[in-house]
Amino acid sequence: MKRLAHWATIACGAMAAMMLAGCGERPQVIEYKQGKYQGKPDQPPYAAAPFNGNKDLWERDVRNRTQNQNEYKRIGS
Amino acid sequence: MARMKFLCDAERCIECNGCVTACKQENDVPWGVNRRRVVTINDGVPGERSISVACMHCSDAPCMAVCPVDCFYRSEEGVVLHDKDLCIGCGYCFYACPFGAPQFPQAGAFGVRGKMDKCTFCAGGPEKDGSEDEFRKYGRNRLSEGKLPACAEMCSTKALLGGDGDVIAEIYRQRVTMRGKGSDVWGWGTAYGRPEAPRAPGGPGGGPAPGQPAQPAPGGKT
Repeated sequence: MKRLAHWATIACGAMAAMMLAGCGERPQVIEYKQGKYQGKPDQPPYAAAPFNGNKDLWERDVRNRTQNQNEYKRIGS
Repeated sequence: MARMKFLCDAERCIECNGCVTACKQENDVPWGVNRRRVVTINDGVPGERSISVACMHCSDAPCMAVCPVDCFYRSEEGVVLHDKDLCIGCGYCFYACPFGAPQFPQAGAFGVRGKMDKCTFCAGGPEKDGSEDEFRKYGRNRLSEGKLPACAEMCSTKALLGGDGDVIAEIYRQRVTMRGKGSDVWGWGTAYGRPEAPRAPGGPGGGPAPGQPAQPAPGGKT
């Protein structure tokens, strides 16, 4: 009898926990703000390694790399 | 820095589809999705022209305007990107885009339209740069490595140029000056030719050219 009461207590506790878990549900409806980006923020391309926030270095690298598409500059016109 | 742009030189494109392959390989794009493709006008006819098309990263992007959940944003460099976690796959952006850039992979057993996928200018998306999540959702972030989109860098004839708009415009200007023709990047005239100039009345094959008004008589009212 004592064991049955023990199991009943455990079962009741588990049930209460499960019912309480429903109260912790997060809201699933997004509140949209018309005309504004709603997603996650993005970081600029120069923020992470290897540029570590050095925008000037990144711009210079990209500009130099863009010039690699110019064969007149690459081979000399 | 100016805005990142693509520019395709129709005089140089040889329809090799190297850009398409490079994009697929670099970004691990799923089967059935083409972020970039080559379009040929007058295929098989002498004088045919090809152009490589993907998202043009419009300055006033219609996809951004029509998105009901506002999942699009424009980066500081002018690259139009979107948040796949927010996209509902409605397809409005596909209808709005004049280039057919937004692509929808089939998802699930019944081929339900998945979340939109498009060219990111190899700039990833709103996840940590170079992370596994970013690669899985958006592909490789070459821009954060100081590189340019794989399609442009892989182009064998350098028909497809990508990068800072001012720089590639200058490259193109120099190219046109050197070869002395083909200043039209792309347009009606490049695709279909220009209407013939009106012939002189009385000359060989006289009379107005098709689509041209008849020449007024000398001294007549105009």
